[in-house]
Amino acid sequence: MKKFTTMTGIAAPLDRANVDTDMIIPKQFLKSIKRSGFGPNLFDELRYLDEGQPDQDCSGRPLNEEFVLNKPRYKGTSVLLARENFGCGSSREHAPWALEDFGIRVVIAPSFAEIFFNNCFKNGLLPIVLSEAQVDQLFKEVEANEGYELTVDLENQKVVTPSGDELAFEVDDFRKHCLLNGLDDIGLTLQYADDIKAYEAKARQQSPWLFDAIK
Amino acid sequence: MAGKTLYDKLFEAHLVRQNDDGSSLIYIDRQVLHEVTSPQAFEGLRLAGRQPWRIDANIATPDHNVPTTERSGGVDEIVDPVSKIQVKTLDANCDEFGILEFKMNDQRQGIVHVMAPEQGAILPGVTAVCGDSHTATLGALGALAHGVGTSEVEHVLATQCLITKKMKNMLVRVDGELGAGVTPKDVVLHVIGVIGTAGGTGYAIEFGGDVFRNMSMEGRMTVCNMAIEAGARVGLVSVDQITLDYVNGRTYAPKGEQWDQAVAAWKGLVSDDDAEFDEVVVINGADIAPQVTWGTSPEMVVSVNDTVPNPANESDQVKIDGINRALEYMGLQADQNITDIKLDRVFIGSCTNSRIEDLRSAAEVVKGRKVADNIIQALVVPGSGLVKEQAEAEGLDKIFTEAGLEWREPGCSMCLAMNPDKLGAGEHCASTSNRNFEGRQGFGGRTHLVSPAMAAAAAIAGHFVDVRDFVKQ
Repeated sequence: MKKFTTMTGIAAPLDRANVDTDMIIPKQFLKSIKRSGFGPNLFDELRYLDEGQPDQDCSGRPLNEEFVLNKPRYKGTSVLLARENFGCGSSREHAPWALEDFGIRVVIAPSFAEIFFNNCFKNGLLPIVLSEAQVDQLFKEVEANEGYELTVDLENQKVVTPSGDELAFEVDDFRKHCLLNGLDDIGLTLQYADDIKAYEAKARQQSPWLFDAIK
Repeated sequence: MAGKTLYDKLFEAHLVRQNDDGSSLIYIDRQVLHEVTSPQAFEGLRLAGRQPWRIDANIATPDHNVPTTERSGGVDEIVDPVSKIQVKTLDANCDEFGILEFKMNDQRQGIVHVMAPEQGAILPGVTAVCGDSHTATLGALGALAHGVGTSEVEHVLATQCLITKKMKNMLVRVDGELGAGVTPKDVVLHVIGVIGTAGGTGYAIEFGGDVFRNMSMEGRMTVCNMAIEAGARVGLVSVDQITLDYVNGRTYAPKGEQWDQAVAAWKGLVSDDDAEFDEVVVINGADIAPQVTWGTSPEMVVSVNDTVPNPANESDQVKIDGINRALEYMGLQADQNITDIKLDRVFIGSCTNSRIEDLRSAAEVVKGRKVADNIIQALVVPGSGLVKEQAEAEGLDKIFTEAGLEWREPGCSMCLAMNPDKLGAGEHCASTSNRNFEGRQGFGGRTHLVSPAMAAAAAIAGHFVDVRDFVKQ
């Protein structure tokens, strides 16, 4: 997994609540058996005026010029500002894969859906929860200032605005540790293989019907 | 000390390790796999040179991509080349690792959340995951079940564990009795309308009260299925005789002496009387009417006799924008009657409502009637090959086809339109599925979530009607 330490980048405001993962990456693109290449289809139905197809070259498709990420001033966006309950709906990890492939490293919102939130950390993407008032303020600032950039410092858990305001955010220790070091958590869990085996031995005695039944 | 909730008990019973950083390692008894969210997980295992921790904890079936039209030609005849690759990849991965899979034309194939409990692969007291958010369905059996992303599918394959944090507890209690014609789907849509699409975020929701105690397993599955549409990854119903009767005799359920042992263990799978919930929501069952979603989030729901909301009645700007956007996308006017919404297609199926009871309830409504002329297509898609077989044995397929509905092969179908079953742009659909998101059922498609009985009545009328009046005619 890609490490996440500190980054500075263009922020773009996606001003709608309850952005679902169907919207982030529509179903027809989930047919891929790869983890990469979803970036061109990120927000496909908002971004283009036609209906996208898997494996299609998107360079010639008609763009929805009104969509925030298509506006020239937000070219190269790496921080997405969003509203409440971002990433709700389907558990598809293709959503963070698409965001990451597009170049987004941070999503800031007042709240996230849990599965999406969790999936982000597995893919070097940092979802940050700030208060509604703070997010509102960022929306105002980014809309008022072309070229508005945010700095995100994971080690010190703060978002820094161009005027130097520092917004502190919370992050679980374990997730922070994995992101900072780009760690694969399967490897970490396998360090506890003995604990897992001990649990299993006990479970096999208590609930033998759960073992060797499905074959 | 306060007692424990069912969720607390399930979580604690599966705790392998409490880590210093506040995260918990919990053991996962069952993983259900399908073709869309597993290929990258298997690929990850191969790239890392890892083997699955435990083969007998997994069960698989293709469901999202499979065609629901005649498919005796097998996987090679799936027309969409990308879908075909995905189904073939699942088959190859399960064959390679020795995982039990019900392949596309196996009678036991079906939608993961229909197939797994039907087979007894999910039992009371287990922890279960699947790379699909509707895994919440399985909580109806008193199991701790939730959706995970593909990285976690791989994590569970490799370690049989999940790194997680304990959720908070919410009790949604629905007291009393439901009125005639009001179904489990109406109950859960109403609940989502009350607590909102993010109201359950961070919680495991236990559904309690007389309404759920008297509800069938199929109904409980419908309710738990949509816990995720209220933001909760987990929905739960405590174990009772209805649960035990449902599980008894299923293929992978314990038998003989082990059955007695299991039943003794499962009887404790209830929340203690003095358990403390972080949040309690109480609803009177008699207040629930048949529900219809009008917008693009499951919380945008009203009773069939209501009108489409007017943004002028809201004060919050984000909400007003949301309503306006939804009205525009759905092609509806504020204050118009729900019963005036004309429909183009009807879909009866999905992991929410494709079990035998759902089909019976829809068949009862359409029996001896005809689908309205303005309905382009009305699909009935059973949740599994076994549900299909049962329905055919009861003659339900004939009732549907004689009324002008199409009777299909099992799969996810038009719930998310990864296969050829989809809505055209601008078309309104009465759907028994779980999500009315923009484009969910097809590019530009307009989804209205309803119960099977309401969908069936809408198919006959060509627009929404209150099924309670309709069945009296």
